[in-house]
Amino acid sequence: MPPKTLYDKIWDAHLVTPETDAPAILYIDLHLVHEVTTPQAFEGLRRRGLKVRRTDRTIATMDHSIPTISRSLSSVDAQAADQVRRLESNCIEFGVRLFGMDDRRQGIVHVIGPELGLTQPGQTIVCGDSHTSTHGALGALAFGIGTTEVEQVLASQCLLSRKSKNFAVQFDGALSPGVTAKDMVLALIGQIGTGGGTAHVLEYQGSAIRSLDMESRMTICNMSIEAGARAGLVAPDDTTFQYVAGREFAPKAEAWDRALAKWKTLPGDEAAVYDRTVRIDVSTLEPVITFGTNPGMSIPITGRVPDPANTADSGARARLEGALKYMALKPGQQLLGHPVNVVFIGSCTNSRLSDLRSAAGVMRGRKVNPAVRVLVVPGSQEVKRQAEAEGLDRIFKEAGAQWREPGCSMCIAMNGDQLEPGESSVSTSNRNFEGRQGRNGRTFLASPLTAAATAIEGHIADVRTLGGF
Amino acid sequence: MKFERFSSQAVFLNRENIDTDQIIPARFLKVTEKVGLGSALFADWRSDPAFVLNTPDAANAKILVSGANFGCGSSREHAVWALCGFGFRAVIAPSFADIFRQNALKNGLLPIVVNAPTIAMLPANAHFTVDLLDQTLSVDGDSRILFPIDSFSKTCLLEGLDELGYILKHEAAIAAFEKAGTRA
Repeated sequence: MPPKTLYDKIWDAHLVTPETDAPAILYIDLHLVHEVTTPQAFEGLRRRGLKVRRTDRTIATMDHSIPTISRSLSSVDAQAADQVRRLESNCIEFGVRLFGMDDRRQGIVHVIGPELGLTQPGQTIVCGDSHTSTHGALGALAFGIGTTEVEQVLASQCLLSRKSKNFAVQFDGALSPGVTAKDMVLALIGQIGTGGGTAHVLEYQGSAIRSLDMESRMTICNMSIEAGARAGLVAPDDTTFQYVAGREFAPKAEAWDRALAKWKTLPGDEAAVYDRTVRIDVSTLEPVITFGTNPGMSIPITGRVPDPANTADSGARARLEGALKYMALKPGQQLLGHPVNVVFIGSCTNSRLSDLRSAAGVMRGRKVNPAVRVLVVPGSQEVKRQAEAEGLDRIFKEAGAQWREPGCSMCIAMNGDQLEPGESSVSTSNRNFEGRQGRNGRTFLASPLTAAATAIEGHIADVRTLGGF
Repeated sequence: MKFERFSSQAVFLNRENIDTDQIIPARFLKVTEKVGLGSALFADWRSDPAFVLNTPDAANAKILVSGANFGCGSSREHAVWALCGFGFRAVIAPSFADIFRQNALKNGLLPIVVNAPTIAMLPANAHFTVDLLDQTLSVDGDSRILFPIDSFSKTCLLEGLDELGYILKHEAAIAAFEKAGTRA
């Protein structure tokens, strides 16, 4: 038998019918559902008279358009409130388990999946959300789908799919203090570009990945889609198994032993072949921050914004000029010291307990610069409870930051948490597209450490000069 | 709905990496229907009166021409619904983001891959004809450009085949798969 990668193994184990001229029919182990991309899918089922095939493999929560100021729908607009209520009624009608707004398990889908032990190594996982790639951190093949596909999975627990290529991303070396998983993945996207992973599944490997905790691995896999790859994977290891063990939906007792034995066979074979490989030495990385209007446009925090005049290719020059104009930046300028209006700490990329701990470490005993509005939005009710048990909420509030209820919040700006026109933010989220955080808003993507340092200083700052990490 | 040969002028967006947040900003995603999103297409860019979609010719165009990596970003199928709602039936680009491409095919919006140098030579005011059966794009009835598409997607589009119907025909195989694993 030819040697297989991790992706090959998961793919092969889920084939209902193989790929021919027609796509494969791939079995889906876990389907996560949220309010924004599903109303039309449930309506499709209704029109066809179909049921949800596997309610035991379907889990719903609301995260995108819900308020984070309180849990009252009166604080979002009527359309958003209607969408949330529609999810509630659809879940009742179709028998889908919902972690509703007041449930202790509610949260951003990509935070609660791993947290509850729903996400497990070797699974196939889909959700109508491109950041489903997050779950790949546990060694699950997880990717975002459109609403038509949501309907297909609801009805059949299957998806038509063609196999992607294997792309190994090798991170080696040791991170310097103040440099994090977020900086690693921003550096990767900067290197291969926002389309660099298209038609591939990324597998993150190397000593720098092995030494990361699970939440950091989630941050990296989360942004696979920003490199164009639908999915990113990390081979499961003891760090993974320890993380999953004991969680609410994780296998228990003998079922755990059986699962563990199976999970240990998942890592790719020694001789497995990858269609592409890139290597990044993380020991030379600085904190990374984006300056432009896609996640591939980034520089080291002490660097300077590129000058379009130095760009030979006319298309690339025009893109760069457009990005600098939108971001109101000058060629060659430093970002350090650049003023911002808002700092957002949250999103499926960086809203987990370890993210909040690192931000709180920087903000402890300090005050947020009065010119900056700071939102700290935990990724889930569970993250919020744990953070509060540790007193992180007090650190944020005493510093002058807002401590919110869990949700996607200002990452996607659907719930009223947004930038005003012309405002700029340092954000721990995943997208800096034009208008992403509010019309004519400007987003600088960075790590929780950089975001916290910026909140204190009132302008883009290098956490390494502040300390507290 | 079956995909039939059509002719139209094209709208040119000379830009790469057009993301789904530009195609339809997130504030328009609070809907519970697929229809009526044409007015939200490129909503922020359309606030500029000079933007190409605001020109009279654009109203009748069924083809959008873009730079590489069109549709990158989120999985929102609303991006495709907005393009279809505006009246587009095909997008021509050197490459497409994976999820966007899948979403487009499922809604009868044809993603046509044409390399960048060829796109650069397409005349702005030409009449284009898209023939999926022949997999050709012709310019003013001439200079036929061949484009690739996998045979399954082509058949689905030409015959208006319903993918969910296709999957559900494999019920026996799905049930067998569930029984063989621990998935029953």
